[in-house]
Amino acid sequence: MKELVEKLNTKYALQDIIYQRDNMVFATISKELVIEAITYMRDYEGFAHFVMMSCADWIEDNKFQLTYILNNPQQRCDVALRVMIERENPTMTSAHHLWKQVWTYQREIREAFGIQFPGSPRVEENFVLEGWTDKPHMLRDFDTHEYAEKTYFPRGGRTTNDPATYMREKLYPNQPVTAKKNKNVE
Amino acid sequence: MSELNINSKVQEMLERSEQNAKNSEKTFVRPEDEVREVVAPDGSIIKINPLYDYFSGERPKEEKPKNAIVEKFLNWARSESIWVLGFGTGCGSIEIPPLVTPRYDMFRFGVQMRPTPRQSNAFIISGYLSVKTLKRVIRSYEQMPSPKYVIALGSCTINGGMYYDSYSTINRLDKYIPVDVYIAGCMPRPEALLAGFGKLKELIKEGKAEKANEYARNFDEYKANQKKIIKDWNMPDYNW
Repeated sequence: MKELVEKLNTKYALQDIIYQRDNMVFATISKELVIEAITYMRDYEGFAHFVMMSCADWIEDNKFQLTYILNNPQQRCDVALRVMIERENPTMTSAHHLWKQVWTYQREIREAFGIQFPGSPRVEENFVLEGWTDKPHMLRDFDTHEYAEKTYFPRGGRTTNDPATYMREKLYPNQPVTAKKNKNVE
Repeated sequence: MSELNINSKVQEMLERSEQNAKNSEKTFVRPEDEVREVVAPDGSIIKINPLYDYFSGERPKEEKPKNAIVEKFLNWARSESIWVLGFGTGCGSIEIPPLVTPRYDMFRFGVQMRPTPRQSNAFIISGYLSVKTLKRVIRSYEQMPSPKYVIALGSCTINGGMYYDSYSTINRLDKYIPVDVYIAGCMPRPEALLAGFGKLKELIKEGKAEKANEYARNFDEYKANQKKIIKDWNMPDYNW
């Protein structure tokens, strides 16, 4: 695993290499080199299985993060390559020619985050939503509560309680509140 | 009927269906639903409009009750045969299969499941309803013969439940189709469903379960609400 990461590092200049497990590594790679890198890993290093592709919205950094996870069935190890792309007019090189299941992932990401994958087959079709005309629904600046209130006739009189506070008030009304410090949080 | 006569009838139908197509705003029409010319088996070229040729373009009509005694008898008969459409929309649909088991046994109340809307007269909306499913619900609901009843199961159909702030699920079912009985809870147990059927039977016997007529009466309002959220309205306005 270490050898492979070193080899990839010399070829593609990886950054932020994180070993999640002995057989799983995450690394950031530049946008231009990622398709070349996963093609190399598929054809030369035995990473024949495409596990998944996901997207995260880093709105503070004005970036999208795409993650490509590949698996080597012989050596039973995973490599995840992360790519940061710009949030304005996001476009990414399509990887549809490498595995057919990439079509579906790219179609989903296009619908949920609005990232364009030019040339990917059927990428413009509906994935989950039908006839969606608003901005992509998984963006962090899309206010789903506001959209629901505007669209779906909210019924008035709805109250929400914090379950812990509500149960304490109901079950132990006379007991003073002693907040215990969570051991796991420093 | 002479050939000329048939042709004029066909022409009339085509004009009417084209008019219907123009009247409804369609932006998301699938390629197979577009108005186009095709070659008929006899070699002639005919113009078809699939959305309006295969379905009735007529609005639903309100049915006036018959005289009191006959109506009372009919309502008694209706209340004893509630045939439910087997259509599960949300997590509540998992509460329906236990009703068919010997433990709860809904058959003893005259309730049974049917596979098609054409054979059923009750529709259980079982839980949260996404816009995508609502489109299918409307289509199935309109295909059911009157008198028809809707049972809304779970809090999601009342005020959105835990999905009140979701971008894809509706909050209030009664804005889109009329509801006869609500069963509150998240999720209601099968016993609650049986109680709901009992309530529905009472309503039918009292002659108060006339929501199919209400749908026909306020058809424009319901349609406007439905079309407000179903942006890709690529089906006829009335699917009977």
